[in-house]
Amino acid sequence: MSKENIISFEKVNKWFGDFHVLRDIDLSVTKGERIVICGPSGSGKSTLIRCINRLEVHQKGTIIVDGIELNDDLKNIDSIRSEVGMVFQSFNLFPHMTVKDNLVIGQHLVRRVPKRDAEEIAMTYLERVQIADQVDKYPGQISGGQQQRVAIARSLCMKPKIMLFDEVTSALDPEMVKEVLDVMVDLAQEGMTMLVVTHEMGFARTVADRVIFMDEGQIIEENTPDAFFDNPASERAQNFIGQVLHHL
Amino acid sequence: MEPILTPFKMPQPPPYQSKGLLGWFRSNFFSSWFNSLITLLLVYIIFNLADFLIHWAFINAVWFGDSAKSCPNTNGACWAFVTDRWRLFVYGLYPKELYWRVDIFYLLAAITIISFLYSYGRWTKHFRITMVIVFPITAYILLLGDVFDLKYVAPENFGGLLLTLVIATISILGSIPLGIILALGRTSELKVISKVCTYFIEFWRGVPHIVIIVMFVALLPIFIPDGAKIDVVVRAFIAFACWNSAYMAEVFRGGLQSIPIGQFEASRAIGMSYWKMMGYIILPQAIRNSVPAMMNTCIGIFKETTIVMLIGFSDLLGIIQMSLESSDWIGPPHIFSSAYTFAAICYFIFTYGMSKYSTRLENRSNIEQY
Repeated sequence: MSKENIISFEKVNKWFGDFHVLRDIDLSVTKGERIVICGPSGSGKSTLIRCINRLEVHQKGTIIVDGIELNDDLKNIDSIRSEVGMVFQSFNLFPHMTVKDNLVIGQHLVRRVPKRDAEEIAMTYLERVQIADQVDKYPGQISGGQQQRVAIARSLCMKPKIMLFDEVTSALDPEMVKEVLDVMVDLAQEGMTMLVVTHEMGFARTVADRVIFMDEGQIIEENTPDAFFDNPASERAQNFIGQVLHHL
Repeated sequence: MEPILTPFKMPQPPPYQSKGLLGWFRSNFFSSWFNSLITLLLVYIIFNLADFLIHWAFINAVWFGDSAKSCPNTNGACWAFVTDRWRLFVYGLYPKELYWRVDIFYLLAAITIISFLYSYGRWTKHFRITMVIVFPITAYILLLGDVFDLKYVAPENFGGLLLTLVIATISILGSIPLGIILALGRTSELKVISKVCTYFIEFWRGVPHIVIIVMFVALLPIFIPDGAKIDVVVRAFIAFACWNSAYMAEVFRGGLQSIPIGQFEASRAIGMSYWKMMGYIILPQAIRNSVPAMMNTCIGIFKETTIVMLIGFSDLLGIIQMSLESSDWIGPPHIFSSAYTFAAICYFIFTYGMSKYSTRLENRSNIEQY
């Protein structure tokens, strides 16, 4: 695996009004690295990964994604967005299109893949997330776990270099969490660069190369998953893990 | 402690709420002494009303005749007025020898409507698109003439149902795309565009329609000398399209606001541009959500076309009024009430059809989305 940086944050700051969400974030991610980001709610985890595809705009510092600096040049942003896949907590499938069309539309409109080819690519990814028998249904007709797997497939068929997962299992019923995590584990084993915001400790232990703990807009601690969960160095991380584990 | 085990229960059919027709009657109409009283009272009122209507509209009515003298019975409707003057209602002041052109217009309109009512397999889309393009162009050529050896007919000669339909169609078809553009403009992140659209909407929505129509037709030529060269009818159409697009814009803005932010984010995250996101993801959903309010506005537009009476045109209602004032039909008030009843029925048929169609559109989108 090459050691080149695919994402780098340098002294990144962001405010929502007067609220300082991200404070001097420094972070570099190498190609193929799997990173789990955790922390209490409101700590800026989601905002951090949403800055990578510029769904949120940072106000100070530099973010470089795949060699391109994120700034106000619109052309850059569209090309970066098509290289970065994102999966959301609330699935956000397009409800007026069938499952298959949800996967075809992006390829066709953004990547300019001919419809026939796009459908073929869609089918291979839907088979991979084991949902090929539901292709003609509408999102409202399938379960939450299935919708989230379709959402992952939708991002994957854009052939992204980086995948961002924003609390993708938080809105699911407990019995559906595993089917989504299984897809993500598979993806990790194939060498995809992944940034995952999650509280699923089991997933973090099996998959992550690095765990990042955030609180109040800062990166408090970075470590390997085993070291982080077994011996958290900072007091805040200790409290957080205590609460999460207590809850499980 | 020993666990408490409850035996598994098999599903059972729900209990019957009522037994047979008699049970249904009792539970729906006579469930208490007070409800029974209301039922009886309503039956009495409905019976009397129906009795009066049947006598007035059918038994005592006069169906044919050529003047007010044919309808001496004031207890019955005077449909003779309608049967005597129906040509005027349908064709307006269009020259008699050119009625065939209006006939083709009506036929094409009917075919266009039918193309949207049924499914024709894989030809559905082609059929509808063809009619939507062919109908307005042929209608324009046919009705105005002045090309292909067709004699020119000035728009001042349009009238009756023909004029009502022409104004309503142009206003509705013009205000929907304009409304969408204004709604997108008003919700735009570009401050200047957003402000311009907002003020445009507020202006046209805030000024009474009567003021607008009179300004456009009477005052515009005074302020702009070249404005006089634009035909009065065209000026009226522009006025209609402007104020109705302001209403439509607000309808669509409501639709846009009903779309969850996640839909925008998901489209953006895939790398779609603003126009692709709007065209393929946001607007299709927003327009679907706007259908009930949009139909509300469309029905409003249809009925509001009568405002052209103010500037000397005779739409359906106008021409009925004009006919009532003609020397043949000036007479007792029951002719008046018959004529206005007929007008009400005509307007109702069209607006009810529109409302039925919108219900179908809503149901269809509900099936797709569950």
